[in-house]
Amino acid sequence: QKVSVEVLAHLEHLALVDFRDSEGVERLQKAIQFADQLHEVNTDGVEPMDSVLEDRCLYLREDDVTEGNCTKELLENAREKVEEYFVAPPG
Amino acid sequence: TRLKEGLRSQVSAALKEGRVTPTELCQRCLALIKSTKFLNAYITVAEETALKQAEESEERYKKGQPLGVLDGIPVAVKDNFNTAGIETTCASNMLRGYVSPYNATVVQKLLDQGAVLLGKTNLDEFAMGSGSTDGVFGPVRNPWSYSRQYKEKSVPKPHSEDKESNWVITGGSSGGSAAAVSSFTCFAALGSDTGGSTRNPAAHCGVVGLKPTYGLISRHGLIPLVNSMDVPGILTRCVDDAAVVLGSLAGHDPKDSTTIQDDFKPFELPNLTDVSKLSVGIPKEYHAPGLSSEILALWSKAADLFKNAGAKVVEVSLPHTRYSIVCYHVLCTAEVASNMARFDGLEYGHRSGMNESTESMYAATRREGFNEVVRGRILSGNYFLLKQNYEKYFVKAQKVRRLIANDFVKVFRSGVDILLTPTTLSDAAPYLEFIQEDNRTRSAQDDILTQAANMAGLPAINVPTALSERGLPVGLQFIGRSFQEKQLLTVAKWFEKQVQFPMIQLEEVKRQDNGVFQHQKSASFS
Repeated sequence: QKVSVEVLAHLEHLALVDFRDSEGVERLQKAIQFADQLHEVNTDGVEPMDSVLEDRCLYLREDDVTEGNCTKELLENAREKVEEYFVAPPG
Repeated sequence: TRLKEGLRSQVSAALKEGRVTPTELCQRCLALIKSTKFLNAYITVAEETALKQAEESEERYKKGQPLGVLDGIPVAVKDNFNTAGIETTCASNMLRGYVSPYNATVVQKLLDQGAVLLGKTNLDEFAMGSGSTDGVFGPVRNPWSYSRQYKEKSVPKPHSEDKESNWVITGGSSGGSAAAVSSFTCFAALGSDTGGSTRNPAAHCGVVGLKPTYGLISRHGLIPLVNSMDVPGILTRCVDDAAVVLGSLAGHDPKDSTTIQDDFKPFELPNLTDVSKLSVGIPKEYHAPGLSSEILALWSKAADLFKNAGAKVVEVSLPHTRYSIVCYHVLCTAEVASNMARFDGLEYGHRSGMNESTESMYAATRREGFNEVVRGRILSGNYFLLKQNYEKYFVKAQKVRRLIANDFVKVFRSGVDILLTPTTLSDAAPYLEFIQEDNRTRSAQDDILTQAANMAGLPAINVPTALSERGLPVGLQFIGRSFQEKQLLTVAKWFEKQVQFPMIQLEEVKRQDNGVFQHQKSASFS
């Protein structure tokens, strides 16, 4: 099935990236077709795998402040700023 | 002072004994980078800071207090690792001009050992690709294109065709790093590996490419592609050197909670002589469609090598291998959709002039900043993550991932110590041929032999094995058990010794007449 116009618009809105042209839509169609091969695999009773380290406990730091006060560095790479704010267009 | 002696150059020993100084070494590498500029391996050359680091290293050697084996050794880093004060672009317009405010943990570790950072290497944009052809700074050329070995085998073109047009690709996405190591401009380089991006170019460029176990080396500061699969990769000219670099990088990092907390002890590789206790598995599914007969023959020859040396060589099966690429396609695009969301023009990177609204600014910034490959993956990823598709695609892929990982568990549990497979389907393609197909198609074709190791998080290494009929490098891959890098590298080193892969004969390097690089089996530093 072809991807509906509504879904395409929805995707562009979610991704904040546009398809540009029919080539982009073609590409998505091919990507979906490619992914559909997954359905050939029988995964009954198989749990999804989030991480290969699932058998281990994730490292948690102590809730202590160890670094910070780097406002200047953080702002340095922004194009538009005012005082200590990043500036976004309104609306 | 020349370092021609013997079969193996030991640059570290030479530095210690004062036969060469860190600044000399640095200057020679910088000069070589300049004379091999046509390779386009480097995006940024940090000449000033490198020379300063070399000077500091020299002071330490003078005092007899080098920091370690890596002190004074010139290295290069793929341009998707953050490097403080040095531009980090990911070969994308999105990050052009972005100067990192911090060092990735692996970069910091190298610097703490006294390594000299020469510069940032070229890649496919945001590490998406298998050719190092899709970055905004242009494609990387495989140094072997200019080797005597390749030129001798090339059919001379009768017409006045551009002599330059039959250069071959490096593979990718860490092509710049592979080319840098292969052309002697550095002794080691960092790459990244998500689907094969370190091993693939290593195979095409005739260098060692190590993908460590997921969780062994910190990803802090590596601009992420797929958080659950990315690892920093190590590229060197010999296996011993890879072990040295691994030793300086591995270990828990509090800044990356996906690094394991086990103690890591750096190791020296033993010189294995007896392989009779080794069990090598040959996964039959890696005889993939499209595998060149040349590589098939080489793979078979390698299996025989182990057999004749007394090892147990068995055929094994990893039944879900062929779904690895499809699974990767879904999981990768989904994680990419999430990871690329941070690029909105507000805090860093490119920002569009579009000012009508925040949303339109974001959209324009991303349209202007990302190439088609990146945008395509973001859109696909978002599709697979839609509520109506989530179970069908994303969760389904996660289930298939478990099946792939389990395939390996079963095989390793059956008594096999290590797997031997090809790394690539063929030797490096000419650039003009490679670009005939689009990025996704190429990636799907080229990642087939390397991707599953990322799915399962296992360590894997490419060892340069022989030259193809076209005079280009072909490598073979070893895949090991989780966190068993010592065993993996020990076997790889044994194999490396057996095959005696020839050294590249490059005009540019000879012309430099820095005896540092001549007449050595492998110009290594360990």
